Order: sequence, then structure tokens, then C-alpha cells
Amino acid sequence: MNLAEILPPLLPLLVGVPLLLGAAGAAVRKNKLARHIISMGTLLAIFAFSVLLVVVTSDGTILAHRVGGWTPVDVGSEGQTFEIAIPFVVDALSALVLMIISILGIASVMFAMATHEARARFFHPFVLVLMAGVAGALMTGDIFNLFVFIEVMLLPSYGLIAMMGAKLGAHGARIYVSVNLMASTLLLVGIALVYATAGTVNLAELHGAALDDPAVAIAGGVVLTAISVKAAVVPVHGWLTRTYPMTSPAVTALFSGIHTKVAIYAIYRIYSLLFDGDERFLWVALIVVSATMLIGVLGAIGEKTTRSILVFHMISQIGYILIGVGLFTTLGLTAAIFYLLHHMIVKASLFLSTGAIEETYGTGEIEKLGGMLRREPLIAITFMAAALSLAGLPPFSGFVAKFSIIRATLEETHYWVAAVAVIVSVFTLLSMLKIWTGVFMGDEPKDLQERALTYQERMHGKRYLRVEAQAETPTLTVGPPTSTTLAVLSGEQEVKVPAKLIIPGALLAAVTIFFGVGAEVLMSLSATAAEGLLNPEIYVEAVSGA
Amino acid sequence: MSIAVAVGLLTAAAVYLFMQRGMVRIVLGFILASHAANLMLFAAGNVAYREVPYIGGAALEEQADPLPQAFVLTAIVIAFAITMYMVTLAITTTTDDDTENEEESPAKVLYGERRPRPVGPPADAGVAETGDLDDVAVKGISTDSGEIAVESSEDETGERK
Repeated sequence: MNLAEILPPLLPLLVGVPLLLGAAGAAVRKNKLARHIISMGTLLAIFAFSVLLVVVTSDGTILAHRVGGWTPVDVGSEGQTFEIAIPFVVDALSALVLMIISILGIASVMFAMATHEARARFFHPFVLVLMAGVAGALMTGDIFNLFVFIEVMLLPSYGLIAMMGAKLGAHGARIYVSVNLMASTLLLVGIALVYATAGTVNLAELHGAALDDPAVAIAGGVVLTAISVKAAVVPVHGWLTRTYPMTSPAVTALFSGIHTKVAIYAIYRIYSLLFDGDERFLWVALIVVSATMLIGVLGAIGEKTTRSILVFHMISQIGYILIGVGLFTTLGLTAAIFYLLHHMIVKASLFLSTGAIEETYGTGEIEKLGGMLRREPLIAITFMAAALSLAGLPPFSGFVAKFSIIRATLEETHYWVAAVAVIVSVFTLLSMLKIWTGVFMGDEPKDLQERALTYQERMHGKRYLRVEAQAETPTLTVGPPTSTTLAVLSGEQEVKVPAKLIIPGALLAAVTIFFGVGAEVLMSLSATAAEGLLNPEIYVEAVSGA
Repeated sequence: MSIAVAVGLLTAAAVYLFMQRGMVRIVLGFILASHAANLMLFAAGNVAYREVPYIGGAALEEQADPLPQAFVLTAIVIAFAITMYMVTLAITTTTDDDTENEEESPAKVLYGERRPRPVGPPADAGVAETGDLDDVAVKGISTDSGEIAVESSEDETGERK
């Protein structure tokens, strides 16, 4: 049997199964292990399914299924038929993004399990509902359903961001909810305008509608503006830097890969279909992305904690990714999609490796840390790899991504965009060096050990203090001290980042090296995805023929 | 026309409420804003057709467009859920509110913790005798970084009245 025929009816499972299992996880009251198993099992299943989807769509096949199964009616334009069913469409782009997001989900949940954050009763259900929303948003072929799935994705994130509320205060959650509700309201208004002007919300039916009718173009502009707020594009980026550092590192890593990236995916999809890659509006996108790159990276200069620096970088990287929209050429889109995939992995890896330090030593402030290279060499290597990849240095995937982005801008003779991209790259490297010198190099502060122990005691109770108790017992060794007693006496053994906290970040760093070395595979997949965006006719055909 | 006017009024009222400091007022603003959006969505189907959109219920050319009605129903549920969540956020946390004075927090009002506001310098301290403006009663507010930000309470009372 042909896989392309079997898979489409199974697509709704990607939304339904995580939702149901999330509910099941919430129903399991006492058994933490059962919740862990349900969550990890579902995430691995989503990953496996998305790999299958990537394999099937890698040759340009588009899987489409209409949920509900109404019989199509002829709408009379070019002999195509559409119906009021909910279209679920998967092409190379959505399959790739879904695959990377499921990898991120696995890594972040592993990290949260290691920090015991995932012991909270609703942590796993929230993550699963989040994944259901993400899968829905990536697959839906209908703007209104996009809105609904974005809300499905956001509601559990409100819960996740507020779960740390008791420790960090709730004003991060307040800003997050307010901004997202505002953007959602605007998105709803945009959808209303699209429906009023074009008479449909089905993306396939809307193909090229904005080219013909300025009113639809304005309506589409409102939709894109609302989604840009969710993607944190300058000038509507302020909320991101004020909310993401306000939660736990695991949740920040999860969100960094999901929310803004799904919004970016939606921008690509809507611009490709609704505007059909209209060149008249591209200069707006180019100005906006250049501002995003520059302002994001400049914002990072004044920041004092690792996570807030990384969050500012996220904004500047969003600029890089959206260059693809601004160019809308084969090379530009291929590079941008490659960049998107690379960035999701690298950013989460950075959040997790600095998060491991933050969770162990109780602070992410650069001034209060130091000397981690000697103390935590594994994390230092992980961070180094991901940071160099983010800045765009050769053996890593960031180099391929940045190089092809800049080549694409030069090809279109947008020299100033290329110049901004290069300058921002240098700034990125500089602020990565700032974290490197502040956190990993130099001497460690004298009270580091003490503060870490206080923090661990506050967060986890006495369990972590056993080693310290050992150190305090008087040693009655006569003769030369052994290496272990020396280590205990000098305090080097006491607080260390446990391996389970290092593994998730290191895993993602390994993935970025893999992408860098094996860039060819991912590049060809990105090219297929770009081809799909450039020729939306195939998409329309797949939806109308489903 | 009436829908357009209603949308305009609701949006204006919502913007006014967003400008307020209190979280509860901002939430009320969001309720109005979502009503405006819902009305717009509703107006996207032609509101001149008002009959029930069932086959056999009315003549086809008089039936309302069912799709926007379904959209509005979904949107109302979502907006309502998030509004409830925001109200919860507004009343459950009291310590570090970005938008509101400590005394005006709804939680304080609800739990009756509202203390009489100090007017002028406190009577007990020797500070009162100096009469210097710099020495009026000060109030500590803990901020994120754990530092104590010192504010003059006289300025605040003046601002509030």
C-alpha cells in the first residue's frame, strides 16, 4: 500500500491523541511515573509520526485530508471544488517544523523531569495539550482553525508560565496573557475582514485573493500583523523579553521553539497562499526584518542574566528567519527554512545548558557566576557548540544557515540587508562571548557554593545537602590526604550539575552538529519545503482533490 | 451601520480601560475588545439576512450565513476562558503587580487588608519634628531583585487625589 494514501486519514490523530492522553495524564492522581510515561510515550510517538511525514513529503507530496468528510461542492472557479470541511494539510514545511518541535518537546520535558518540575500534576497534561495545538496549527488549512489551534496552544502555556508564579511572581504571566489575548483579538478581527471581503477562510480557496483585491490584501495585512505580534517581530517584540525570563528554564526552552516559530510558520504559509508571494509588499518585510535583527541584538547588550540575553537574541534571529519572506526566492526561502529549523534546536540547547547552571546554582546572573569551565566542562562544551552555531561559525549548522541567507540577499542585490545580517552576526558573537567570559571563564565567586546550597535547600529540601554533611564530618586521616578527601575538603565535589540536567542540552547540541555536518540532507528537505511555498498551486490542488 | 457604531464604541471603551492601571479594569477592557471583535466577525456574514440558517427553515436568500455564527460561538468560548484566567491572575497575586498600587489590589480589598493610608509623617518617629520634606514617611516595596525601593508616601497620596 502507498503511504501517501494511508496517512491522510490519520492526520487528525496528531491532534486528538495528545489531547486525550493529556486528559488521561491529568486524571492520574498519585502516580507520577505513569504521568511521565504517558507524556514521554506520546512525545516519542509524535516524533516518530512526524519523521514518517517528513519521509513521505520529502519528494514534494502533499497530504491532505478533510475532517468531517462533507462531499465537495463546486464553487465554479477553474473547475475546483471545495467544501465546508476542516482541511488538514501536511507538506514538507509543516512536517519538518513538527519534527523539530517534537524533538524540542522531548528535550524540554526531559529537563523538566530532571528538575522535578514535571512532578507537578498538570505539567505533562499542559505539555501534551500544547503539542496538540501545535500539531493542529501546523496542519490546518483554514485561517479560522489556525486561530483556534493557536488558542489551544496558548491556553496550556498560560498555565505553564504561571506554574512558576509562586516562585517568580505573576507579572510575567500577566503580560504574556494580556499581549496574547490582544493579538488573538486582532487576529480574529483580521479573520472577520478576510471572510467579509473574500467570502471564505479556506487557505486553498483564498489562493492569490490578495493579488486581485486590495480589500483582501488589507484584511490579510491585519492577519499578518496579529501573527507578527505572536512572532515577536520588532516593533511588537517587547512582551517576549519581559515574559520568557519570568518562568523556568525548561518552559522557556519549550516556548522558544514553539510559539514564535509556529507564528513564523503561519506568516510563511499565509504570505505564500493569500498573497501568492506578491512582490509589491516585500520591501515592508525587508525593513521590518532588518529592524528586528538589529534591535534584538542591541537589546541584548544591556542585559545581565544569561536567559534575558538569549531571549533578546531570539528576537534578532526571528529577523533572520523572516528574511525568507522578504526575499521570496527559492534560495531565500530554502535558507530561511533551514535557518528556522537550525535556530529552534540551537536556541533550546542554549536555554537548557544555561538553564542547567541556573537550576543548580540558583542564579542566571552573569556577575554572580564564573569559573564554570573548570567546574562544569561538559556544559561549557555544550554551550560553546551551540553558541558558535548561533553566531554562525563553520563546523556547525549556523554557518550553513547564515551563509546561505546572506548569499540569498546578495543574489537579490539587497546589499544593506546583507550588511545588517553580517553586523548583527558579529554582535551576536560578542554577546555570546559576554556570557562565555562571565559564566565560564574567570574565577568562581567565593560564595558560589554557599549560595547554591541555600538555593538547593530552598527548592528541593535537604536531599542535596548530603554531600555537604560528609564534608563537615571531621576527617581523622593521618598521613597524606587522599585525592578524594582533598576534593571534599576543598569543596569541589559538593555542588555539581547532575548529568540528567546536562543531557537534554547536549543532545540538542549534538543535533546541531549533525545538521552542520549533514547539512545537505536538511538543505534538500528545506528546498522541497521552499518549492511548496513558491508554488502554492500544488497545495491548492491537493486540498481541493482530497 | 448600527453594528459599525457598536464596534467603534466598544473599541473606544476598551482602549480607555486598557489605559487604566488596575488589572481588573484591563480585564474588563479585554471583554469589551473581544465583544467588538465578535461583532465584526458576526457582521462578516451579511447581517441583512436574518432567518434561521436551516434547510426548510426559511427561504434560501433570507437565511443567515451559518459560518460566521459558528466562528463567533467558538471565539466567545475562547475569549471567556482566557478572561476568567486573567481575573484569577488579577486576584490571586498581590506581591509584584506591574500595573497597580499595593493598596488597590483587588485581593487586598477582598480580604479586608486595606489599611488606612498614612497621611503626612508618622507621629511616633522623631522625623515628624524636623518637618523636612525629605524625611516624610517612607514605604518599602520589595522588587524582583529583592532590593528595597523606597518611595515617598506623600507623593503617592497626592497623586491619587
